Amino acid sequence: MVMGSLREETQVVVIGSGPGGYIAALRLADLGKEVILVEKRERPGGTCLLEGCIPSKALINAVEVKEAALDAEAFGLKFTGMEVDTERLRKWTDEIVQGLSDGIRSLLKRRGVTTVQGHARFTGPTSLSIEGGEVSGIDFEQAIIATGSSLNRLPEGIVQSVWSSADALRLPRVPESLLVVGGGYIGLEMGLVYQGLGTAVSVVEFFPRLLYGADQDLVEIMVKQVEKKLEEIMVESKVLEIREVDGGGFEVDIEYGGEKISKHYDQVLVAIGRRPNTEDIGLEHTQVKTDDRGFIITDEFCRTGEGTVFAIGDAAQGPMLAHKASREGKVAAETIADGDAAMDNRAIPAVVFTDPEIAWSGLTEREAEEQGIEINVGRFPLSALGRARTLGRTDGMVKIINDPETKLILGVGIVGPMASELIAEGTLAIEMGATLEDLMVTIHPHPTLSEAIMEAAEVAAGEAVHINPPRKVR
Amino acid sequence: MFEFILPDLGEGIAEGEILKWYAEEGGAIVEDEPLMDVETDKAAVTIPSPRGGTIKALKGKVGDIVNVGDVVVVIDDGSGDGAGDEDAAADSTFAEPDKAESQPAPETSAPASQPGVRRPVPAAPATRRLARELKVDINLVSPTGPGGRVTPEDVHRFADSGQPKASAPAAAAAEHVPAKNVKDDSAFAEFAAHASATIPFLELEPLPDFSTDGPVEIEQLRSIRRKVARKMVTSMALVPHVAHMDEADVTELDAFRRKERERRGDGSGGKMTLLSFVMKAVTAGLRTTPAFNASLDPFKEEIIYKKYYNIGFAADTGRGLVVPVVNETDRKSIVQIADDIYEKAVAAREGTLPPENMRGGTFTITNIGPLGGTALMPTINYPEVAILAMGQVQDKAVVRDGEIVIRKMLPLTLAFDHRIADGADAARFVAELVRQLSDPNLLLLET
Repeated sequence: MVMGSLREETQVVVIGSGPGGYIAALRLADLGKEVILVEKRERPGGTCLLEGCIPSKALINAVEVKEAALDAEAFGLKFTGMEVDTERLRKWTDEIVQGLSDGIRSLLKRRGVTTVQGHARFTGPTSLSIEGGEVSGIDFEQAIIATGSSLNRLPEGIVQSVWSSADALRLPRVPESLLVVGGGYIGLEMGLVYQGLGTAVSVVEFFPRLLYGADQDLVEIMVKQVEKKLEEIMVESKVLEIREVDGGGFEVDIEYGGEKISKHYDQVLVAIGRRPNTEDIGLEHTQVKTDDRGFIITDEFCRTGEGTVFAIGDAAQGPMLAHKASREGKVAAETIADGDAAMDNRAIPAVVFTDPEIAWSGLTEREAEEQGIEINVGRFPLSALGRARTLGRTDGMVKIINDPETKLILGVGIVGPMASELIAEGTLAIEMGATLEDLMVTIHPHPTLSEAIMEAAEVAAGEAVHINPPRKVR
Repeated sequence: MFEFILPDLGEGIAEGEILKWYAEEGGAIVEDEPLMDVETDKAAVTIPSPRGGTIKALKGKVGDIVNVGDVVVVIDDGSGDGAGDEDAAADSTFAEPDKAESQPAPETSAPASQPGVRRPVPAAPATRRLARELKVDINLVSPTGPGGRVTPEDVHRFADSGQPKASAPAAAAAEHVPAKNVKDDSAFAEFAAHASATIPFLELEPLPDFSTDGPVEIEQLRSIRRKVARKMVTSMALVPHVAHMDEADVTELDAFRRKERERRGDGSGGKMTLLSFVMKAVTAGLRTTPAFNASLDPFKEEIIYKKYYNIGFAADTGRGLVVPVVNETDRKSIVQIADDIYEKAVAAREGTLPPENMRGGTFTITNIGPLGGTALMPTINYPEVAILAMGQVQDKAVVRDGEIVIRKMLPLTLAFDHRIADGADAARFVAELVRQLSDPNLLLLET
């Protein structure tokens, strides 16, 4: 006869059901492990599904369809009477999110993964307490921390009624004007959504360029298009103060070009990065170590300093990207199940869903320069590509970065329509240890944007047929 | 000065025996060169030196047992006083993630990288996994593919060549010992051998594949079900169970109970069940026979008599068997006990019963009666020492004063721990229970 309390016991516990956690749980179940998945929120899916990648892409798609309809006038299609029904758009986005979340739930259920709702905190290397749910604690053999990250907020004392990206995703209203604080990918994506919905959008960025981490040649092409749509892009600028104004809106003091200016905006959106959720999870009761920014230090098997505990995704070191979390989830799961997986990936693709899109994978030119790595670069502009012309979208470029000696492909960068899709081939090439030759001899379907990758490899190898060779000087 | 702490050697391993030192005090040591061999109960591991420098002190001799977390060696690496080196523990726990991830590899057909200098070698992901499976450090393999790419054939050739397969740091990193999976065959064999060695005639064999005889459905043994399994095996293995059975004439009690229920309706005590009366009667019995409200500590050889009375009752819920506990039944009236049972039974069924309401019991009652049963043999809720089972109340022909009459009879079984009490104790306990239940007036005096 039973039960001191409603403590559960399992082989593996996964904390967090985002794209890292739920995939780890499914993989573990498939490998014969008994798994409990703990999730704080009511629905599984994490930031990515519930207030990140997925809803933002639904909104971006809607706005891009609208933009495409307007651009179509150039080739003889004229739409009149276009209206944006934000209520319907919001509902459509919600339906996508709910459908996917239900899908995860059913996948977990069919695998026999037990899900427990509540806030998990370690009480030791093999035990957790759970707050806010039916289960009070879990004893486990191994745990995977997949707690993700949270939005950085503005410092205390600044008006808190400004929007976060999560607020903006819920489409509370379409303001007349919007100041986006932070010119990173979240700020730009959300800014462009509201611009598409009819808001006058300005962006303020601390660094001298937007998307500071990406290669400049890619960003420039994007900025050239985006500039036309945005009210103002203020780089090397700082928000000094935000005041809520009687009668609506915000008065914002900005240090811009060395001077202090004051502007009025209907709404302010703050997108100044994310921080790992590693603070209130009881790590002090384990040997898990974090770096000075709070990210959990892991090895290539996603192991932490505590033998029983693994960490993946945004909570661990490395880029805060859903697909990186998913891959780590599989590595951790397979390592726990005594598999031979390791997080030895050469390239983690990054994508920015601006219009045009930017994507890169592997080594960037900037990193090569910083690390003193000798590289060769081949660039191919979309304007020389048939398919790009038929799409009316020549605002783009593919570049391939290779080792000049071995011709191994080290990095790929793309700006243009569908860059998010095209980058997959580049990533595969880097991962496989492919050379320029491999991309050049692979037959790419015509006419498609993917030909640009083959063409860029040819440029890099000095064998491009669609680009005029440099004139020889006698 | 760098203090090297014995790193985590894998799942659950806390200590190891020093088999060999590769360096001596005052001698020089090179980073990533072998430092010591340590044998754990899983394997012998060569641990590479995390730093280069001069050995200041070896904190142990060959044959000594060292614990994970102990300082095993102090290395003068030219850095300052290592006493407060915060990073030491983190550094030694595992190899840091590769910082030189995007360094291009040299083109030559010589080993793509020197041991110790971990640089990624161009190779397809499947090839890299193959290398890990064959325990080969892919950085040591001579590549034959274009651009210095290592092919699967290169890995196989290297693995078959008999060369040392991995550089020292990689070997340490690969020493991940997974949790024991009882389901796999070798774990079973180990368990069966151990159990059979302790219990004469015990024969443990893997179960046959029943699906060859007919269709089957397999369900994993999980949470509550498994917990019940553990509790039961533990109780049955540790406690010599003895059962004493009797019948209580509850005719009067039943009439009284029904009348009271009707009178009270939806109010307090309105859910007055037979169980609430039995719980009260048991409490009275426990006060006179403390042995059944005790626990026996077999390791300390002590009997702990509890001076409080918390009675659990087995509840069948959708989640499985749980035992809500009614606290301080000696201080509660039957009406209060009845209300308490009702609330906790509902909460248990709905899964909202807080854990603290399922602990601290001193005696358990299992009432299978509503489902039927004339006699049953309950298992003691260890570490309690007795459990009372209630069967189904039935109209029975019994003899009273030489006449055959029809009475409502409640079958009772007391299972008890024979280490702590004897048959006579149980007989007296049950007889008193039967007496009280047959006369509601006696019970009411107890409140």
